[in-house]
Amino acid sequence: MRAGQSLRGSELRRMEGSRFNTGQLLLVISTIILVITVVLPVAMIVYNVFFYNWSFDWSLFASMLTDPDNLAAMWNTVKISFFVTTLGTVVGLFFAWLIGRSDIPLKGLMKSLFVIPYMFPPFIGAMAWGLLLAPRAGYINKMFMALTGGRTPLFNINTLAGIVFVELCYYFPFVFIQVSGALERMDPTLEESARIAGANQLTVIRRITMPLVVPAIAAGAMLILISSLSHFGVPAILGFSNGIFTLPTKIYELIYRASGSFEGIRQGASLSILLVAVVVLALALQRRVLRTGRYDIIRGKSMRPMLIKLRGWKAPLLAVCFVFLIVTVILPLFTIFGVGFLKAYGVPMKLANMTLNNFKYVLFESRMARDAIRNSFFLSITSAVITMLVGTMIAYVIVKIQPRGKGVLEVLGILPYSIPGIVLAVGVILTWSGAFYLNLYNTIWIILIAYIARYMAFSMKSASASLEQVHDSLEEASRTCGASHFESLLDVTLPLIRPGMVAGFFLIFLPAMRELTTSLLLYGPFTRTMGVAIYSINEEGYTVQACALAGVAIIIIVIGELILRFVTRERRGQ
Amino acid sequence: MDQVVLKNVTKSFVTKAFGKVTAVDDVSLNIREGECFSFLGPSGCGKTTTLRMIAGFEDLSGGEIWLGDRPVSIKAKNFYVPPEKRQLGMVFQAFAVWPHLNVFENVAFPLRIQRMSNAEISDQVKQALKHTSLSGLEEKYPSELSGGQQQRIALARAIVASAKVLLLDEPLSNLDPKLREIMRFEIKDLQKKLGLTIVYVTHDQAEAMALSDRMLVMDMGVVQQVDTPTNIYNNPANRFVFSFLGLSNFVPAALHDGLVWPAGSASSNLECEIPRDWDDDRAVLATRPNEIQLTPEGGYRTRIKNRVFLGDYVEYRMDIGDTEIRVQTHEHRDFKVGDLCGVRLGKVKWYPAEEEISDDERERRKVI
Repeated sequence: MRAGQSLRGSELRRMEGSRFNTGQLLLVISTIILVITVVLPVAMIVYNVFFYNWSFDWSLFASMLTDPDNLAAMWNTVKISFFVTTLGTVVGLFFAWLIGRSDIPLKGLMKSLFVIPYMFPPFIGAMAWGLLLAPRAGYINKMFMALTGGRTPLFNINTLAGIVFVELCYYFPFVFIQVSGALERMDPTLEESARIAGANQLTVIRRITMPLVVPAIAAGAMLILISSLSHFGVPAILGFSNGIFTLPTKIYELIYRASGSFEGIRQGASLSILLVAVVVLALALQRRVLRTGRYDIIRGKSMRPMLIKLRGWKAPLLAVCFVFLIVTVILPLFTIFGVGFLKAYGVPMKLANMTLNNFKYVLFESRMARDAIRNSFFLSITSAVITMLVGTMIAYVIVKIQPRGKGVLEVLGILPYSIPGIVLAVGVILTWSGAFYLNLYNTIWIILIAYIARYMAFSMKSASASLEQVHDSLEEASRTCGASHFESLLDVTLPLIRPGMVAGFFLIFLPAMRELTTSLLLYGPFTRTMGVAIYSINEEGYTVQACALAGVAIIIIVIGELILRFVTRERRGQ
Repeated sequence: MDQVVLKNVTKSFVTKAFGKVTAVDDVSLNIREGECFSFLGPSGCGKTTTLRMIAGFEDLSGGEIWLGDRPVSIKAKNFYVPPEKRQLGMVFQAFAVWPHLNVFENVAFPLRIQRMSNAEISDQVKQALKHTSLSGLEEKYPSELSGGQQQRIALARAIVASAKVLLLDEPLSNLDPKLREIMRFEIKDLQKKLGLTIVYVTHDQAEAMALSDRMLVMDMGVVQQVDTPTNIYNNPANRFVFSFLGLSNFVPAALHDGLVWPAGSASSNLECEIPRDWDDDRAVLATRPNEIQLTPEGGYRTRIKNRVFLGDYVEYRMDIGDTEIRVQTHEHRDFKVGDLCGVRLGKVKWYPAEEEISDDERERRKVI
């Protein structure tokens, strides 16, 4: 159906093709933007690793690859990702099934609560868990040791297991969201017909429900895998003190230790190639898995799905849900704000020890913190606006104009998905610190360029989705009424996708507000972002101030999330 | 023997927006062995809910359901047999064939659950596929097949385990009209060949009449009439049943001086016989458009307002008093718009002039 429609669409365009062609122009502009922001940094990484003084030289890469420290980092990365992905999938699947198919109470509430960890910046979560479970100073460990009278902590968070635990808390929603969606869309009669055929509830889950949600599970699991492979914040905060490195933190360390020297950057770039290789491998795996099953689980007219009665299990399972939510959401949140109010780190959490001074300090006194908040707002808003506009333009070219060569755009657009933030940062450094007669290093513009490259794919995806909802015939109807192509675009298509564009803005604004990885490599003396400021204040040992600033960041993110929800709800209501 | 027995079955929901809604109100019926029995009614009338209670997907709020001599739901004792233990076959509107299994495995599923041997499974599946003209498609996946073929898979899956009772929930409404007619005959054939008892839910009166030995017409959760299709068509129990079984004209009228005066017409009366036992002075006269005669002379005099040629017949519209009626006729005599003609109503059914159920009330029931 769609193919036929778009064929007619492009036919009209071909008939107009002899004259000046807006489509081709937009295609060229889009390609240039993507090449500059996305392709160039990647090319610069490859060039600088394998070429030295204009001649091919892969000795650096070889030596980096054989360094036992780097191999250990790679092995850690793989181990962490493996466990986060497996455990996260199990956890996400379990809760999605519980809410989608059992008669557990408070579904609506739990559904929104389970998505919260998704918005929580993982590195702030890592800070909170460090405060709770650091081997000697962590609140929980101290309590435990006081209780037992011993000197062994309950749990040491500064370990691989600790890193896996914290990442798991914030990445399981990927699977949860995917599987919940699939269960909701699934036609309940698929399961009912198995019941009628004689299968009991457990058999239905095993033989029908599970196989049908496999694609959703795979999609969610791959998102976890790729995110945790390229994740920086949690291992940086929990691993450094104990000498645990992953590939992204090792890249950071190499560049940081060389304090920005070219050699350090080249070493970082070499590891970047290794990291990208691992991620691309994972993406290839994803494609394979997803191709094995793409089912049309159409929605029938049938009513609510049959819910499995939990009976005696209801109370214990409800308790499991709440304990899990308390551990992943409430406890870290409470810790961040609690410590943010403390007079000094280490004093007991009592009302007498509370003060507003830290918040006053980060909001009004510290120049660095104030700069960081301002910079984050500037960067997030600017990059969100630019990316949203450019992304919509590119999506328009791909979805509606469909010129020859749109495939290139599609590939270029999704490329940043497979490039971890830290790698992008290395590429941006190599590209924009003088290699092309333009040195933006230490300015805010280099961060802006990196953000644009990083979030372009988000924006293209969300804009494509809204544009696909706008049927070609709507623009055609406007053409028959005498409007030109440009007028139709302005008066019909744009107003229709405006809510989608607003949602797209927040989908970039929010992650940009809590961005850490890219900014951490790119910031200069006056261009810290909020993430960078929280991270560096914390590293310098000013724990209470770091927590106060983290609290401010969380409040900003929550407000943004609420606005986003409001906007998307309104759109659904139309 | 009666294969499906409902005794005073009631189902009510409590909804947030509308409070208590009674979806099925005190339904009792016996469906005999080897019978094809249809539930006919508009959407929201409770027919699907009734079927789902028979299948075991919905709890009862009151009453009992028996399959043959075996109770499956008894509200008073809180007795309930889950769907998988009821040994029924069921076909759903949206086909509900499993996309991750091929045709053979879809059909074999009920047998695999019973842990039959592979030889037996292959035997029975082959049989079921033959009955549904699917032989040769064993290795195909549902996504490679047409809607009609997918519905045949669902049918094969329903009969493969030799269930005695088949429940069909609007099985043909996702198919195009031509295919619908073919499948109608195939289902009927299959029922005769295998001696199945079929409970068939539909909102399409033609489908119900073509398939059923007996049927019930339902509205607002209440059974309006149970009978053979012919009897229901010829003697609709009330105005709703009349209107649901085909095109209809309703002319409100007043009776005095032994004559019938259509509403809004003080000067001329309708020539038609008043039933002997009619004792009200008001009535609604119901006729089908093809039972009305148009004559150049005599009859109720009125002017042709509209004329549409539809090949097999001509459709006219005109007023009787202030009620517009449609007339369909094959007659050679051709009237033009504006011509004066006489109307004679044929096969008139008389119904009390009660209020029709309001649209709000229908809207309220859409939540079910």
